[in-house]
Amino acid sequence: MPDFLLEIGCEEIPARMICAASRELRERTAALLNRERLSAAEIASFDTPRRLGLMVAGIPSAQPDITEQVNGPSISVAYKDGQPTPAAHAFAKKAGVDLAQLEKITTAKGEYLAAKITRRGRSVAEILTENLPKEIATIYWPKNMYWRKANERFVRPVRWLVAMLDGETIPLEFDGISAGKISRGHRMLSHGDVIIPRAGSAYVDALRAAKVLGRAEREQQIRKALDAATRTIAGARWQEDQSLLDTVVNLTEFPSVILGGFDPQFLALPEEVLVTVMRDHQKYFAVEDANGKLLPHFLAVLNTDGDPEGLIRHGDERVLRARFNDARFFWETDQKKSLLERLELLRHVTFQKDLGSYYEKTQRVQRLCSWLSEIIKQSGREVRPGVIHKAACLAKTDLTTELVKEFTELQGIVGGLYARAQELDSSLPEATRFAIADAIYDQYKPESTEDEVPRSIEGAVLSIGDKADTIAGMFALGLVPSGSKDPFALRRQANAIVKVIAEKKLPLPLCAMMRDARAGYQGQEAEKKFIDDARFDESVRAFFRERLEFYLKDLRGYAYDVVKAVLAADAGDVVDSVARSEAVKQVLHMPEFLAIGAACKRMRNILRQAEEKGISPAAKFEYLAGSADEEKDLAAYIEVNGPKVEALRRKKEYGDALMILSTAREHVDAFFDEVMVMVEDEKARANRLALLQTLLKEFSTIADFSEIVTEGKG
Amino acid sequence: MLQQPYDVEVGAGTMAPETFLRVLGPKPYKVAYVQPSRRPADGRYGENPNRLFKHMQLQVILKPPPENVQELYLESLAAIGIDLRQHDIKFEEDNWEAPTLSAWGVGWQVMLDGLEITQFTYFQQCGGVDLFPISAELTYGLERIAAFLQDVDSIYDIIWARDPQTGHATTYGDVRLADELQFSAYNFEAADVEKTWKHFELYEAECRALLMHYKFEGADPEKHRFPVLAAYDLCLKCSHLFNILDARGAISVTERVGVIARVRALAVGIAKAWVDQQKSDFASKEKSDEPEPVLEKRIQKGKLSPVGF
Repeated sequence: MPDFLLEIGCEEIPARMICAASRELRERTAALLNRERLSAAEIASFDTPRRLGLMVAGIPSAQPDITEQVNGPSISVAYKDGQPTPAAHAFAKKAGVDLAQLEKITTAKGEYLAAKITRRGRSVAEILTENLPKEIATIYWPKNMYWRKANERFVRPVRWLVAMLDGETIPLEFDGISAGKISRGHRMLSHGDVIIPRAGSAYVDALRAAKVLGRAEREQQIRKALDAATRTIAGARWQEDQSLLDTVVNLTEFPSVILGGFDPQFLALPEEVLVTVMRDHQKYFAVEDANGKLLPHFLAVLNTDGDPEGLIRHGDERVLRARFNDARFFWETDQKKSLLERLELLRHVTFQKDLGSYYEKTQRVQRLCSWLSEIIKQSGREVRPGVIHKAACLAKTDLTTELVKEFTELQGIVGGLYARAQELDSSLPEATRFAIADAIYDQYKPESTEDEVPRSIEGAVLSIGDKADTIAGMFALGLVPSGSKDPFALRRQANAIVKVIAEKKLPLPLCAMMRDARAGYQGQEAEKKFIDDARFDESVRAFFRERLEFYLKDLRGYAYDVVKAVLAADAGDVVDSVARSEAVKQVLHMPEFLAIGAACKRMRNILRQAEEKGISPAAKFEYLAGSADEEKDLAAYIEVNGPKVEALRRKKEYGDALMILSTAREHVDAFFDEVMVMVEDEKARANRLALLQTLLKEFSTIADFSEIVTEGKG
Repeated sequence: MLQQPYDVEVGAGTMAPETFLRVLGPKPYKVAYVQPSRRPADGRYGENPNRLFKHMQLQVILKPPPENVQELYLESLAAIGIDLRQHDIKFEEDNWEAPTLSAWGVGWQVMLDGLEITQFTYFQQCGGVDLFPISAELTYGLERIAAFLQDVDSIYDIIWARDPQTGHATTYGDVRLADELQFSAYNFEAADVEKTWKHFELYEAECRALLMHYKFEGADPEKHRFPVLAAYDLCLKCSHLFNILDARGAISVTERVGVIARVRALAVGIAKAWVDQQKSDFASKEKSDEPEPVLEKRIQKGKLSPVGF
């Protein structure tokens, strides 16, 4: 079975897009081969900035032949007096077989003439030539372009194509280019054209000879070179950074590394600024000592085999020096105006076109943070009012600094650093000042689901207050994220709120908090465009419920049904939802709860069916003369245990509450074994429905056990 | 084609008519020119070694882009004395967009030893018009490249010229420092906001009034006389005055979007008129290298309306 090779030679593909496109090409090809009954042994990608390659090993050279039966005219039409009629001849001709090869088949409608037709499988070359170009054209690119024809789009112009089955070219065409055997080597380190002898490992070897390496090999080569270069400085190590590593892997075809240095004077600038300049702007790795302190060195990954003359190092150092000089200039310029003085400037910085300026936002967030602090205080936790008030007041002032204008990714961090460096208010003790600085510094945390939450409780409150204000304003304007559309990253911000509340264990009810955040806009111009409160509440509740579900499932790892059960009971309190999820998870393995889950489902069904029939439960269960023993027993059980469960639930001792509930099993089972609910006797029926309703309510305060998936468990 | 710099203030080489207008329409065009580009907000009073109010761009437009445009570009670096085998060159994604011109493209910033030396863009749209054929735009940052070649840390230390007799060097600073200082002072401090707004409004009104008179319909034999180019100069004036007001801090962030939209409206109107004017100009003058059917159609169109109005 032959091997197949496809290489799309392209002008430099953006680093951030290569992996996804390469995967998509591989998946599309696998799906195509499957559809065409050409399952290959193995499909591997080979991608560099200038090519998307695909290596298919052991592909059948053609589709298997298919034999199928085609039905023709009925025997009575096909034969007259034992002789074939023109209809029979016509059918044989159409089927492409001799008359003698036709068969007689019997169906429900009678006897018919039939032919067995063998359809020859098409060759793999033919199928790939015809279909692969369509697959290539459908690859998704976050941003694409046209160059040859207005309706042909790709990420960048395609410049060559290689498509081979073993040693032979197949006549595939894409964007006006015909496939051949000629690939291209490294821009500077090869002579250009590379003739590929055949598909398979010979391709990789030919490219390696032309100084083009595959992804895994490049990453390994970079890691090794980073280690080697760092070893020349005693005790040093390079700052591990996978996303930077991925970027440089995707920017090089044959990487090497140089170690450069900078003037130690620059170490007086904050490390955050230096690392950002190196990483985000120059794509250099930072170097630190054994204690994690930054060293005046950097590592640059080159797309060439070395720098024997030191010319590249000299150039890289020169550029970094200019960048650091800029940063220092900004840092010094910014110090001329304190954060406090910058507060006024926020009046001219738009937060969102309908929601006013950052000055107005600051006032709202300050107010919201005081309210959040009050609630937290009620649970006995201390939030220093002097810290949170000042931090909220200065939080956004760094948006007016030159440093943040230049390095937007450092917003918040720069504010924190300036707050630390400035006196702020001479009456403030240093500890308070540092606490304010830390809260400002951490205000955007967590920036992703993996990122850490703010260090202090004031930082947490500021982070929550800022995001809640944004979400409230956007939702009130009706700018709700939908599908892949979330231009203001509201989902990320809500995820952050949930995570901070959960990890800091804050007693903040989500809906009340959002209502208060919404109230912060009262009297502002924006309010005229707001949706009504009921719709606001509804959309915010649904939104946060989704976010909470995501947090419990994807970050805390609770099972899907546990999360559903817990949130069905209540989804308004993050910390409480986590506690209930944990309690439910702990008892779920018990056979009692599997039985209770099943019983809850049954109760819910009975109640629903009754409702559909217009039968309502009695207002309250009563002991009737005709009540069955099991019925009375269950009622008595609820009377005794209901209050106990409720008391534990109030104390949030969910584990203990669930242990009591587990003892209900035998009573419930006995009831369902012996008692029929939907009986003719109206009074008995209503009474039993009332009992079920009470019971279901008792069971569902911690989690709705009818949501628990019972199959395959226990 | 080598062209001279355009003599109206522009923020980038792209804004010179040799790019903004020439990339429109079907006519192939290849041009290079140096363009002083003024960005008032980037001024640093001559104190920052890397930033300038006015810098020089070498602008190259290749319409349509040749197949080997990247290779040609790399050869241009070799031609100015950069041995690429000794250096590290990377094409890193950078997509260019100019909202005031309703223009955008995709491409790269070309990095030479960590230094961005060129913006390489495949134009897709200009003045709100989808381009066909597209153009490749190469914008070389001349100060950066000169500082790199001469290995100096400050732009102001670049040697601009050396006296062949005495060997005396005249630096970039000697030539340009006063320029940077004084224009920074003007743009950030001295420009009269009210008057600058007034200038802006006057130029805008004049440009709009002109465009209103452009007639798209019909084959007006006088069409080629219509001063679209003058309208474009007025639009460039607006753009530059906007930049001064911006540097002066006279435009709030909220206002900004609106003013950009006003300039864009002019640019889009001019692009449309230019495309239309070129079409009729093309039809009346060029008859040789057009494919037959197109030619026929155009002649026919001319016959249908022989008299202008």
